[in-house]
Amino acid sequence: MSWRDKLAGEIDDPKVAGALENFKASVDAWSEAAYSRPRTVVKAARHNWRFIATWALGCVLTAGSLAGGLYERHQRQELTRMTAMKAAEEKSVLERKAAEQPVAATIVTKRQPTAVKSAANENEDLLATVDSDVSRQVPAAMEPLAQMMVDNGTN
Amino acid sequence: MTAEAAEEIAAQDFASIVESHRPQIFRFLLASLRDVDLAETLTQECFLKAHRNWNRFRGDSSAMTWLMRIAINLQKDHWRNRRLQFWRHTQANAIGVDEASEWLPNGERSAEQQILAREQVAQVWKAVEGLSARQRTVFLLRYVEDRELSEIAKATGLSEGTVKAHLSRALARVRAELRGTR
Repeated sequence: MSWRDKLAGEIDDPKVAGALENFKASVDAWSEAAYSRPRTVVKAARHNWRFIATWALGCVLTAGSLAGGLYERHQRQELTRMTAMKAAEEKSVLERKAAEQPVAATIVTKRQPTAVKSAANENEDLLATVDSDVSRQVPAAMEPLAQMMVDNGTN
Repeated sequence: MTAEAAEEIAAQDFASIVESHRPQIFRFLLASLRDVDLAETLTQECFLKAHRNWNRFRGDSSAMTWLMRIAINLQKDHWRNRRLQFWRHTQANAIGVDEASEWLPNGERSAEQQILAREQVAQVWKAVEGLSARQRTVFLLRYVEDRELSEIAKATGLSEGTVKAHLSRALARVRAELRGTR
């Protein structure tokens, strides 16, 4: 029984049956030729190219992500360093200010005896001036009496 | 019979099955994929899988039906993987409809008959290209591999009614293509 006879009940159109028969014969011929063809290494070469391209892409991506990570880390370190520097600077300013305050206090305390001395001198000068002024303002009528007091040594 | 002798017989059985069915499995995969390299790879995988599971083959269906079922599943897996691996352009290796229809047996035909046959083959390929994966499998098993409906049903895991419905739709498409109404 031929292939076409076998399909007689299934396909009533002879054109379709003929086309299907040709189709089957074509696939058979192609399959036989492909099955017994000599094997080549073209595919392997293409695989190598793909393999290399995949590796290159993988390397680029890895390098990129590593560089990105390092840059990010560097930025963070830089930020931390800047913050630490700023904090240290502020701390040193505060410390300097704190250190300056006792010095001023000691300067004031060191300067104190000198000021007291000068104040005492000023008082003595003032008293001497007052004395001299008062002595000058003795009326002329009292002059003989004043002379007597000097003579008695009761000044 | 010792276990070793039984194993040897099983190995011989399998070797004879590979020899007798390998060209058919390759032809089916080639017609399905239109890619010689891929068809060879999947044929290898099919027999490797069959060898691993040979002791589980109970003989409920013929060895050919069993092998066809493995080949169909491998083909499904391949398309599924290809969808995921979008960067792999495996379709680029598949040849076009016109190139596939160049193949014709060296029969006693006139040049005019050869041209007519080539045109018809190209039209059938175009119709096959437009079928769904399941319709294509059923169509190729019936009209290229010459399988019975019951065998196709077993190989595809479909009921005979569904197989008939798929075949009917596929034939309608081929008919339309040959009439030039598509």
